[in-house]
Amino acid sequence: MTSFNASLQASSALLPPPALCFDGVTFSHEDKQLLGPCSFNLDGTGPTLVMGPNGAGKSLLLRLAHGLLAPTQGRVAWSGEGRPRQAMVFQQPVLLRRSAVANLTHALAVNNVPRRTRVKLAYDALERFGLSASAHTPARVLSGGEQQRLALARAWVLSPQVLFLDEPTSALDPAAIKAVEAAVREFHQRGTRIVMTTHDLHQARRLAGDVLFLSGGKVREHTAAEAFFDRPVSREAQAYIAGELVE
Amino acid sequence: MENNNAFEVALSLLLNLDASLFQIVALSLQVSILAVLIAAVLGFPLGAAVALWRFPGRGGLIVVLNALMGLPPVVAGLMVYLLLSRAGPLGDWGLLFTPSAMIVAQVVLVLPILAALSRQKVEELLGEYREQFVSLGMSRLRMMPTLLWDARFALLTILLAGFGRASAEVGAVMMVGGNIEGVTRVMTTSIVLETGKGNLPLALGLGIVLLTLVMLVNAGVYWVGELTRRRTG
Amino acid sequence: MKKTLRLILAVMTSMGLAQAAYADDYITLASTTSTENSGLFDAILPEFKEATGIEVRVVAVGTGQAFEIARRGDADSLLVHDTTGEQRFVENGHASERVDVMYNDFVLIGPADDPASISEAQSASEAFGAIASAEAPFTSRGDDSGTHRAELRFWENAGVEPDGDWYRELGSGMGPTLNTAAAMDAYVMSDRASWVAFGNRQNLTLLFEGDEVLFNQYGSLLLSRDKHPHLKHDLAEQWHKWLVSKQGQQAIADFRVDGQQLFFPNAK
Repeated sequence: MTSFNASLQASSALLPPPALCFDGVTFSHEDKQLLGPCSFNLDGTGPTLVMGPNGAGKSLLLRLAHGLLAPTQGRVAWSGEGRPRQAMVFQQPVLLRRSAVANLTHALAVNNVPRRTRVKLAYDALERFGLSASAHTPARVLSGGEQQRLALARAWVLSPQVLFLDEPTSALDPAAIKAVEAAVREFHQRGTRIVMTTHDLHQARRLAGDVLFLSGGKVREHTAAEAFFDRPVSREAQAYIAGELVE
Repeated sequence: MENNNAFEVALSLLLNLDASLFQIVALSLQVSILAVLIAAVLGFPLGAAVALWRFPGRGGLIVVLNALMGLPPVVAGLMVYLLLSRAGPLGDWGLLFTPSAMIVAQVVLVLPILAALSRQKVEELLGEYREQFVSLGMSRLRMMPTLLWDARFALLTILLAGFGRASAEVGAVMMVGGNIEGVTRVMTTSIVLETGKGNLPLALGLGIVLLTLVMLVNAGVYWVGELTRRRTG
Repeated sequence: MKKTLRLILAVMTSMGLAQAAYADDYITLASTTSTENSGLFDAILPEFKEATGIEVRVVAVGTGQAFEIARRGDADSLLVHDTTGEQRFVENGHASERVDVMYNDFVLIGPADDPASISEAQSASEAFGAIASAEAPFTSRGDDSGTHRAELRFWENAGVEPDGDWYRELGSGMGPTLNTAAAMDAYVMSDRASWVAFGNRQNLTLLFEGDEVLFNQYGSLLLSRDKHPHLKHDLAEQWHKWLVSKQGQQAIADFRVDGQQLFFPNAK
């Protein structure tokens, strides 16, 4: 993992985010192949939206990329030296039973950031995501939208080079969705690679730079966003988008 | 009829602030509280470790810890006695028939409870937190203090369960303490002594005093727990 | 690891948990529950402390356990009432000497209506025999204590083997046995001291006493210096000698409960 302080300086100069490469990756569980073989490169600017029907393997792909799971075959590789700093936001925010600010300082403490810096970074992040008023509120008492913003704030303080998001807004109301999408854009502007799953076509249209389309555990298509939504190439993607429109 | 006497006796014991009673109460609290604290320092990390790491024999260890929650106090006392007796391996320490021996015996009794129950709680929390913790880059060792702190309210209740066990038992402290007047006599051994002498009202009165004590401790801890919970969630 | 543990324990103990600090001179005396329950120690130990400055810490258990504690070297001195056992203890080299100190006596207790009519018996043997013939409920300590061993000898002398539903072996100390006898309205053999101090009599009353065979001899044992060199032999010897001294014997005789003398000094 690249050192925290070095990357802190690095991220202020907008370097291109590290590229992700899946090379013949498969994932099996109890003799059942759930994903793969998958091969693709995420080397554009993004954000990359991972889409597909339920059970397509989107969450699995994200977890394999982030390193929460190990591939059964093939390998996951990153450009540049070593494994880049990454963070992940889950569908249900996972927060500790402590105050909002304490959740952030905890994440920083885990990464060996000295105490005074921790506190400053935490409060700055809370402000950026509109949570200053709730700094000392128990995190679990916050609303769903606020909790998800807190999870994003936690990811923010770690200055990740890559941010994974697994359907971060599927449980939220429209106002909260808007706030979360704004946050994702902030990450993108800072130069973080975004890899996000969604089942919301409209959200994908709003956010996507490129789309990775999965179905039945395989990558069917990987194209620039415009191209994907206007002229999907694969049969599965066409059916998927058509399905969305037929409501 | 005799039971009415017991309440009167209990009340008069408390109101008269009987000096020897005070000394017995103080010793009972010191022994049990210290035993529980030591058992917590050892037992909570142990429970968390078993929850966090996979190793051969892990299932067996969990079964043993759970089973030891039911270790009969007199058996624990006997084991510690044989250990601390002059004829035993640690005899040179000269701990037998002292409060220290009583603390050791109670630690033996309480440790499995704290370890087994904290293991279960930590494992439950781990199910909730594991992915996020790995995402943050935490090693399993690093997860331990975070999980234990997150479980603090449950751990408080588990601590009280341990304290209940320690303050209620008589077999272990009788065996290794010897119920020596002024030195190793505690509430429970006093009750046994007075019962044996046929002084049933006094024995019951002491029992009521003991229950009141334990109730106060529980109430105090609950109150502190509620205050902090409201403050920090 | 052992050193750290030792340090922790040392800190704990010195935190004043042992109310009687190690500064005082003291010995650990293994004796029996019936002796402690009588209140004898509360009466004579302060006199001993005043005379010598030595505190006596009594661990009161069953006779069998008292012997075991002494055998293991966990007590500095031994005071029990089982002459045969005591002599064997000396023979096996665990104690260097045994002396007579005092005796109390056993009494037969039973329900006030006395179904076996033992109050009319002329001897202890007759009384025990009457209980067996009547098959009246009898609670025995059954715990291999000095009292229990004595009880078994009395049955033997009466030519009876106690067996059957009427004979209840409890495996308990004197106090709990008396409690159970009171609850069951049964006969029971007790040492006088325990009976006098016993508060839960219900329907029980003293029915037979006085036969010389019922006398219960106490012995003090001086433990072996060779087998357990770490014990406080000098202090224990002071205690041992004081018990049979004029002052000690007088202190024993002066001890009364409800005006009754319970222990009779008979050192030679």
